[in-house]
Amino acid sequence: MTLRQTKDPEKLNQIATEIRKSVIQSLTEAGSGHLGGSLGLADVFTVLYFSVLHHNPLDPKWPDRDRLILSIGHVAPVLYATLAHAGYFPLVELHSLRKLGSRLQGHPGREHGLPGLELSAGSLGQGLSVAVGMAIAGKLDLRMHKIYAILGDGELQEGSVWESAMAAAHHHLNNLIVIVDRNGVQIDGKTEDVMRLEPLEEKWKSFGWQVECCDGNNTGQLLEAFNKVYGIIDKPSVIIAHTRMGKGIKSIEGNFHWHGKVPDPDQAKEFLRELSGIEQTVDEASGNKI
Amino acid sequence: MVPFINRGNKPTKTGFGEGLLEAGKRNHSVIAIGADITTSVGINLFAETFPDRFISLGIAEQNCIGVATGLALEGKIPVFSTYGVFATFRAADQIRISVCYNNVHVIIGGAHAGVSVGPDGATHQALEDIAVMRVMPNMSVLSPCDATQTKLATLAAIENYQGPVYIRFGREAMPDFTESSLPFKIGKAQLFREGYDLTIAATGHLVWEALMAAEELQAHGISARVLNVHTIKPLDEEAIVRAARETGAIITAEEHQVAGGLGGAVAEMVTRYCPVPMEFVGMNDRFGESGNAIALMEKYGMTASMIFKCGLRLVDRKIKNG
Repeated sequence: MTLRQTKDPEKLNQIATEIRKSVIQSLTEAGSGHLGGSLGLADVFTVLYFSVLHHNPLDPKWPDRDRLILSIGHVAPVLYATLAHAGYFPLVELHSLRKLGSRLQGHPGREHGLPGLELSAGSLGQGLSVAVGMAIAGKLDLRMHKIYAILGDGELQEGSVWESAMAAAHHHLNNLIVIVDRNGVQIDGKTEDVMRLEPLEEKWKSFGWQVECCDGNNTGQLLEAFNKVYGIIDKPSVIIAHTRMGKGIKSIEGNFHWHGKVPDPDQAKEFLRELSGIEQTVDEASGNKI
Repeated sequence: MVPFINRGNKPTKTGFGEGLLEAGKRNHSVIAIGADITTSVGINLFAETFPDRFISLGIAEQNCIGVATGLALEGKIPVFSTYGVFATFRAADQIRISVCYNNVHVIIGGAHAGVSVGPDGATHQALEDIAVMRVMPNMSVLSPCDATQTKLATLAAIENYQGPVYIRFGREAMPDFTESSLPFKIGKAQLFREGYDLTIAATGHLVWEALMAAEELQAHGISARVLNVHTIKPLDEEAIVRAARETGAIITAEEHQVAGGLGGAVAEMVTRYCPVPMEFVGMNDRFGESGNAIALMEKYGMTASMIFKCGLRLVDRKIKNG
């Protein structure tokens, strides 16, 4: 494997920062897209692709790979940036995001042939059911790989999610691990004002799932949560990852207005400077120079 | 042409169940997905024979379609069936994005097609399923004419095809008249009766009615060609355009809304390549209702006698048009 696989949270933080920079750059160039959620999920994606997932960027269709299903297609920029940093395609291709003829569609589309992309998705509430189907197929074939699915918290307002949640527990899909991006906000405001989701942990538990909660912007906590659910034998698991929309850029963190917004070039420069500062701090703290 | 003989009435759904079972015996990748009503949609045979390859998902059509997508992405051949009204409309967005945009080989069986569902009434009579399925990119739409052909169509969809397929079938026992030796090819309409004054392009239960109507027209000196359009998408351009050129008039006949159905599809094609006068037999922007299957077919004008009347009218129009 050519990956920089690591269990070191600090190294993961550095990779997450690189991914955030790519997200900002590609979205700024695209001129439209979803910055807030993409930045908020950078740590989850980093931990998955650089530590948790068994995968091989040189062989994207390796039958024994773990599958990552992104149900919330609108955060495609962080998926693309992660795949590029992991080595699935050249970083330079990130500049083509949302442009005509690009493999990097606004919402993921497999027919455009991007390596590493498991599912075309973007209409909310569908990813989990597809993941359930993949998990059932894995069980039927007695395979050991796992299916990971990333869902948004606002997405949980779709009834179809709960159809799938019911089915996954009914069929004892312990090879299925869901990550809920619990950033607490959606386009119209706070999830709890738009349509209450709490008590969320209890909801999943009552559907028969193993539930873990963690700070979704803390790579150490994420690693621990993934470790805890790895060996569950009789049911599917969900990690409720509490994230901050826009994480990494202080001025926009937690601000739902940045759900579907991109920075202008001047703002982008500022954001990138801010991220570089963080990177230096991390480097100095760890005594490592890249 | 060899005259067709009704060997006895049989619901087309039995053909679907038999086809699924046979495909399951030959290919271990075939997986059936049930949404509670397995017996009434004909997949109980498969479920009893291959319990390990039958997945019960309850009354949750949206999830069923998503799960089918996941299975197909993993190389399985999932076959999902429930009533056509629910399979298509309840899960339309899942079919559009998960199935069609991903272009996966998922077979969706739409049971209880048409008003011939009978006493259950409008809620359960699929009359718009062809329309909503045929506008989906990558989707193929099948509507075989009897139980024997439904078995062949099911096998073809499962074993010799790629991408998403919707196949509709009915509940009421209807004439079973085609031979299992009659070759079935998706996308290739079948010439069931030669004729030169007009063409009846029929699908599903209305094919038998079309053959009856052609007999009646013959008795009135009108030579009617009958095409069995078992595949509504991809529509057989060659057969339809040739029928327009050679007979100069077309009647479509279907147990479905004319708008968006076979009628719409044929009109789109004929208008483009060879405009001819047309008549449309089918539902006309209405819901069905409760009643006996045959009585409903009569009330809503989806019978041989309606096709016959349209034939007379069409020949008049043709003459007036010169």
